[in-house]
Amino acid sequence: MGKAAGVRRILQEPLASRAKMFMRSGILVAGLAGLLLMFAAGRLNAQSECLACHGDQTMQDANGHSIAVDGKTFGESIHGSLQCNDCHTNIKEYPHPEQVAKVECKSCHADEAKGLAGSVHADSAEHPCTSCHGNAHTIFPKADSRSAVYPLNVPKTCGNCHGTEGMAKKHGLASVYPLYVDSIHGFALSNEGLLVAANCQSCHGSHHILSHTNPESPTYKTNIPKTCGSCHAKINDDYEMGIHGKAVAAGNLKAPVCTDCHTAHAILQPTEAAFRMQSTPICGSCHKDQLSTYRDTFHSQLGSLGGYVETARCWDCHGAHQILPASDPHSPINKANLVTTCGKCHAGANLSFVQYQPHANAHDRKLNPALYFVRLFMNVLLIGTLAFFLIHTILWLIRARYNQIKKKSTDGGKDA
Amino acid sequence: MPDLEPTVATTTKTGGRFFTRFTRQQRYMHAVLFTTFLGLAGTGLPLRFSESIWARGLARGVGGFGAILFFHKLCAVVLTIAFLIHLKEIFTRGIVHREMGVFWGSNSMVANWKDAKDLFGHLRWFVGLGPKPNFDRYAYWEKFDYWAVFWGMIVIGFSGYAMWFAPFFAHFLPGWALNAVLVIHSEEGLLAILFIFSIHFVNTHLRPDSFPMDMVVFTGVESEEEFKLKRPLEYERLKREGKLEGRLGEAPQTWLINFSRVVGTIAIVIGLTLLVLTLTAYFS
Repeated sequence: MGKAAGVRRILQEPLASRAKMFMRSGILVAGLAGLLLMFAAGRLNAQSECLACHGDQTMQDANGHSIAVDGKTFGESIHGSLQCNDCHTNIKEYPHPEQVAKVECKSCHADEAKGLAGSVHADSAEHPCTSCHGNAHTIFPKADSRSAVYPLNVPKTCGNCHGTEGMAKKHGLASVYPLYVDSIHGFALSNEGLLVAANCQSCHGSHHILSHTNPESPTYKTNIPKTCGSCHAKINDDYEMGIHGKAVAAGNLKAPVCTDCHTAHAILQPTEAAFRMQSTPICGSCHKDQLSTYRDTFHSQLGSLGGYVETARCWDCHGAHQILPASDPHSPINKANLVTTCGKCHAGANLSFVQYQPHANAHDRKLNPALYFVRLFMNVLLIGTLAFFLIHTILWLIRARYNQIKKKSTDGGKDA
Repeated sequence: MPDLEPTVATTTKTGGRFFTRFTRQQRYMHAVLFTTFLGLAGTGLPLRFSESIWARGLARGVGGFGAILFFHKLCAVVLTIAFLIHLKEIFTRGIVHREMGVFWGSNSMVANWKDAKDLFGHLRWFVGLGPKPNFDRYAYWEKFDYWAVFWGMIVIGFSGYAMWFAPFFAHFLPGWALNAVLVIHSEEGLLAILFIFSIHFVNTHLRPDSFPMDMVVFTGVESEEEFKLKRPLEYERLKREGKLEGRLGEAPQTWLINFSRVVGTIAIVIGLTLLVLTLTAYFS
């Protein structure tokens, strides 16, 4: 640290005065070269001096913690060009004090430290830099596959805490790592090694991670479409034009954003059976009446029998991202588009066919009078027939048994 | 196997004569009817109560979500064919051969004034207000069973095919009818299931006179004693007309009785199980 600043000072001085002191430039260049040589030699010396002891891989402090450094790996690491006491600043000479000053990463990484300070991980005792970046002596650039924050390694790094039950208990946070790993993003990342697949920090950021309740956070409800849209641009455009997107933009926080339907971490491929099975109740958690009337239809009845995923779910008819009211000519449920929409599954759908009401309510006399009376007639028929014959048959049973017992008792009481 | 006959005869109380009630074709028809009906009920109920806990399990038991519709449709087609054969039979006997007994008289399934009197007489007897009516070849509840199935075949069949081939039926049905067919199909199906598995089972098989099951629909014959007790009018009429001997049948063979008992028991157990499942789903 001290030497680096010294070099900078020397570099600045001759630059400022080079017009006046042109004659001395030759000497200066020679001096500078000498200093650089000394600097390089000194650095190597310092590392090798420390490693003379700390290179012993069994070295431990009084508490039994390893204080060994793998000089080769450290040399390859992003900090490999620094001297030991660039970070361990209170070590000036050997032997060094028993108590070594805490390493302050922020003395160089000020921006990151500032970001971290305002974040959910602000408590530095609980979240030292090393909790994410790993062993301080083996930190690699994030593009290096050895780095703990290399895209393919990020979920595992975060999962060290966010994949444990302890975390869930202590902070009331769900154990999200297992959810993520099984998600479409996690699958792309771990199975395909897709570097562009969303990892934790794609959505949450890295140092300045904020709670989803903070309006500044990329995971705050109204910011989510933009966050997801940074990769899924086309879908975000569609969403913004749809009724949900417009409602959210207008400040209606009840309207769903991406995560309300897709979930945040356990995101599934939407064509997957599991997603098709879970999607309807999600829509129905707001659209309760529509879910109830949908439940009465064959679409739902067959669809509820685990695994039968072909029957129409909400978004097969309404669209998924650009959901528009039926009055909008672009809506798939606009009268003019129904033949096409229903025809996706029902080959031969015609104008008469699409008069079918996928949300008819057989209990609503005003809305569906014909259906209402059909249901009423069928119910009366069912209850009437059963009630009459139930009474008829129960009376018959009693009478027949009575007669049987009486007859047998006159026969001598056998089997009575 | 005539050598088995004496063994069979000693197993009956009278050891006496047996009279034919159902032809072989009628017994086969009943077998096809109850087999496909159980199949339709077993695959239809999980659909009707798809939200209930047992629906998914039952669907899986049938062979998964895809199989359940396939079996439902397969049973429906087989039952439809059986129904058409029956219609053709009525047509041949009643229209072509001018056998008027098909449409009226004591051998006909068509209800008459005596059936109404029998119903009220029977009800009076239940509560001890009159004598037990004497029944002819087909009692009023048997005729009701027949027409309930006949009506059910048309209603459930038509609504079922309307759903199966909805775009085709949409050519001549109004839009709301496509909604109505599901309501009709499921309510009428439910009625059929509840009726058969409770009323028909008890009226025909489980009541004290026939307990645990009436074998006549399986073997085609009944003992003289049973004939006299259950259908005194028909018995007397045949005797009077001297036709009784013409109805004499062979005593049922042991294997047929055992086979019928096994099949009948299975059918009744499946039926009662489905009845319990239906009731639990309906009232939960």
